[in-house]
Amino acid sequence: MRFRFSKFVLFIGYSFLYLPLICIVIYSFNESRFVATWTGFSLKWYKALISDPIILRATFTSLKIACLSATVSIVLGTMAAIIINRFPRFQGKTLFVGAITAPLVMPEVVMGLSMLMLFVGMNKLCGWPDGRGSTTVVIAHITLTLSYVTMIVQARLQDLDRSVEEAALDLGASPTKVFFVITLPMISNAIVLGWLLAFALSLDDVVIASFVAGPGATTLPMIVFSSLRFGISPEINALATILMTVLSIGVIISAVYICRRQKTTNI
Amino acid sequence: MYRIEEKIIQLLSSMMKSFSGKRLVISIPLIWVLVFFIFPCLILIKISFSESIIAAPPYTSLVDWASGYILQIRLNLGNYMTLFTDDMYIYGFLTSVLIAGASTICCLIIGFPMAYAIARSSEKFRHILLMLVVLPFWTSFLIRVYAWIMLLSPCGFINNMLMKFHFIDAPLQLMNNSYAACIGIIYAYLPFMILPLYSAIEKIDYSLIEAAYDLGSSPIKSFFSIIVPLSAPGIYAGSALVFVPAIGEFVIPELLGGAQTLTIGRLVWNEFFGNMSWPTAASLSIVLLIFVVFPMVISQRRKEIKLLSKD
Repeated sequence: MRFRFSKFVLFIGYSFLYLPLICIVIYSFNESRFVATWTGFSLKWYKALISDPIILRATFTSLKIACLSATVSIVLGTMAAIIINRFPRFQGKTLFVGAITAPLVMPEVVMGLSMLMLFVGMNKLCGWPDGRGSTTVVIAHITLTLSYVTMIVQARLQDLDRSVEEAALDLGASPTKVFFVITLPMISNAIVLGWLLAFALSLDDVVIASFVAGPGATTLPMIVFSSLRFGISPEINALATILMTVLSIGVIISAVYICRRQKTTNI
Repeated sequence: MYRIEEKIIQLLSSMMKSFSGKRLVISIPLIWVLVFFIFPCLILIKISFSESIIAAPPYTSLVDWASGYILQIRLNLGNYMTLFTDDMYIYGFLTSVLIAGASTICCLIIGFPMAYAIARSSEKFRHILLMLVVLPFWTSFLIRVYAWIMLLSPCGFINNMLMKFHFIDAPLQLMNNSYAACIGIIYAYLPFMILPLYSAIEKIDYSLIEAAYDLGSSPIKSFFSIIVPLSAPGIYAGSALVFVPAIGEFVIPELLGGAQTLTIGRLVWNEFFGNMSWPTAASLSIVLLIFVVFPMVISQRRKEIKLLSKD
């Protein structure tokens, strides 16, 4: 009796989570222009999508921005995690930790607005950044994703067995060498995970990008958002299906990869 | 292969030494956070005290050199005064708090049984079930909102099905109200509720519940006197994780809520993009931040008090 109840709960819960998404996938193959009336199987919305130059360009811009900001963010985030975890207290450390974790709870609207005001002010003061474009979006996304990445790497650093590092230091390795030869391989899982999360967050963001993007840097979420304001369209169904497939395959592969690696390193 | 790696490492370490590595590692993230996070916040505060004018950028500066030598600082509290006197803004705050609160409670009601069922399922399935909870979070946020537009809109899936089977003659207005915004928020933030609940419930010793049953307690009583108190940390964490982002949410109320569901996030957006009133948008943001920070501080205090009482 109890067992059945928990199965029932799980069934309802997962249907709530997945049925809406499955609906999108099924109706992306619908032939009709009207989204909810099924008339027949067709791939024409995928074809329309692939031949749409605006969407293609926006996809490229988004991928470029996401790659760049995830990469810079993982480097800065690892440094920040080391500062938080391995450096003795210094003046302003609490402020630093607070500022680095604040974007986790900061509303996107506020973050976008404050970043935009900074860019406008900087432009007035020193002429940089000249206008707004991909660069400003990348900077804003790095600041946003830095907090997530730092938290992930920091958590891993905290769990790490420090005796290995101390042994290497005792045997005369320089701190830099210890970091690259010992610490970095040990936290590589967290770095991969952090990069993926930063990439996904950047690829997903619409609010901050709308504030700080110039006319030349329309990202994919911005296009999707503006077309959603006008309601549903079968092309968006197709786009959503492609995005979901790519993202979930990526996540599953990396999860399996990380699990495997954890198993082998533990043995 | 190994030799090349070692050479690169040597090169890097010599480079780092000449730069004084430690200082470099400290300074780069510090400067980044200072320039791109703390400065923007200060600018936001500054602009919230300035006056709106028609110029580029559209606000007055606070500091003036009046007649050459006198430093004049003008703080304009007018923006904040309007926020607390204009009905539209007060209504906006109330709507945001109500929607965020209702969504948090619904997330708790849906999430708790799910987290409990996952925690009680066999070890083998648990990882898969958790993975399935997290997976929608990795697919695009906009797509998840779009899924509900597709279900709820007048020519959407639900209306279509109901019309097909002749339950209704005209499409129901399911979208463009605050209920739709709530559903969207619940759907988008449910994983944030389930995960902390799961990790709290997983730690509960099941023998306690069995003992309660043996001693004649009813399932409902043992649920409220054992499971709920023991999973309280998860309940607090999950509620904060849903409530805090929900209160500043912009995309979901904008797309699902229709014109009358004016939340703070949407007001900030409208003030900025619609009215071009930067000072009002800035002061709204500051008030929104206070709304966000408040629950965080409360939960932090709770933790501190708990730690103190443990000592």
